Amino acid sequence: MSVKVEGASCPALARGVKLRFDETRDQWMLNAPERVLVLDEIAQTILERVDGKLSINELCWQLAVDFAAPQDIIQADVMEMMQDLLERGFNRI
Amino acid sequence: MNEAVAPPMGMLAELTHRCPLACPYCSNPLTLQQAANELDTTTWLRVLDEAAGLGVLQVHFSGGEPLVRTDLETLIAHAAKRGLYSNLITSGMTMTAARARALADAGLDHAQLSLQDTEAEGADYFAGSKHSLAKKQAAAAMLREAELPLTINAVMHRGNLAHLEAMIDMALALDAGRLEVAHVQYYGWALRNRAALMPTRAQIDVATEIVTAARARLSGRLVIDYVVPDYYASRPKACMGGWARRFFNVDPAGNVLPCHAAQTITSLHFDTVREKSLGDIWRNSAAFNQFRGTDWMPEPCQGCERREIDWGGCRCQALALTGDAAATDPACGLSPQHAMMHEIAVAEAAAPAPEFIYRRMR
Repeated sequence: MSVKVEGASCPALARGVKLRFDETRDQWMLNAPERVLVLDEIAQTILERVDGKLSINELCWQLAVDFAAPQDIIQADVMEMMQDLLERGFNRI
Repeated sequence: MNEAVAPPMGMLAELTHRCPLACPYCSNPLTLQQAANELDTTTWLRVLDEAAGLGVLQVHFSGGEPLVRTDLETLIAHAAKRGLYSNLITSGMTMTAARARALADAGLDHAQLSLQDTEAEGADYFAGSKHSLAKKQAAAAMLREAELPLTINAVMHRGNLAHLEAMIDMALALDAGRLEVAHVQYYGWALRNRAALMPTRAQIDVATEIVTAARARLSGRLVIDYVVPDYYASRPKACMGGWARRFFNVDPAGNVLPCHAAQTITSLHFDTVREKSLGDIWRNSAAFNQFRGTDWMPEPCQGCERREIDWGGCRCQALALTGDAAATDPACGLSPQHAMMHEIAVAEAAAPAPEFIYRRMR
């Protein structure tokens, strides 16, 4: 069965995936084997924090505090993003 | 100067054409570069500097077999220092535990290991080698022991498609995070061996079903990239993401090519890093500008709404099958030669497979 992201999941970048800033294009991106994913500011902010130890629940609480935004809305967006990245092989949990 | 050209994403660095294998579908050209013609370490270090300065994000160290270069770790370390994502494309045949550790220590980001088949006899037959499967399985273990992320590259054809399920299982067993299921693309050596490699339409349909099911089953565990064969397609592939648009290839002698098969287009002149900088070549080389963008396209490509999706397909294939590198890729259903291409595939796949002509230095 395919893996599903949960609030208690602790995501990390998948093996071989690197977060870096590209000066030529002035953009943050994920480098993965044979693939590059350009990130917007929100995705970059989230992915800078994932380390395989921080749960999605904790991460969203942090983001809610730091950006003074409702946690439930943040949580829904982050869960969707993490599931998408997981299915595309950029993330692991 | 052509300053409007967007920067390239990736560089394929073919460090050598020397290789312990002799695969009959090798992507190297029919005329291989001798060791004496290979670029030296100093030149490759400069090429890496120029690639990083030009905006290249990923460098694929390939060959031949890049492990035969004793300066491989030096080049990988330099790529890492310049912020380039590095990928090693290897047969694994001469891998040792010490070498795997040295590659990881140098800063290698990822390794891609080829498997020719899941059974020892077939693996040796398709690679023109001995004991290749066991050596490759050992190499995979060494790479994983060194904590390097691993992709298994499986080139599939009429002779091994029956083992596709086993190949997926083997990729999992070898702890790969990614599997490339790549149907043979017919250029160079593979074009010469096309009749020995061409699968039937039914074989391809089964393979596509297997990959689709495996992707769903293994989502989040194994990324499966699927390279489809275009002899049975109705639309061409966006070869290289478009000619001179995202990638380039530096061959062992320093020739800079828009793709690894581009030298089959003998009317083109290719510049070399021995004489010019990568940036100059990327922007101004006549060979790169020949088929860049959409201006060069004939009809029906020029007026096609998909012209910036498939970028006219593949120039090398157009030349190989129509005699004209600027023709519509015959993989496209709108090409006058499309039916001919399909008929070739059907006829060759239905006939008994001829003997391989193995890749050899001349």
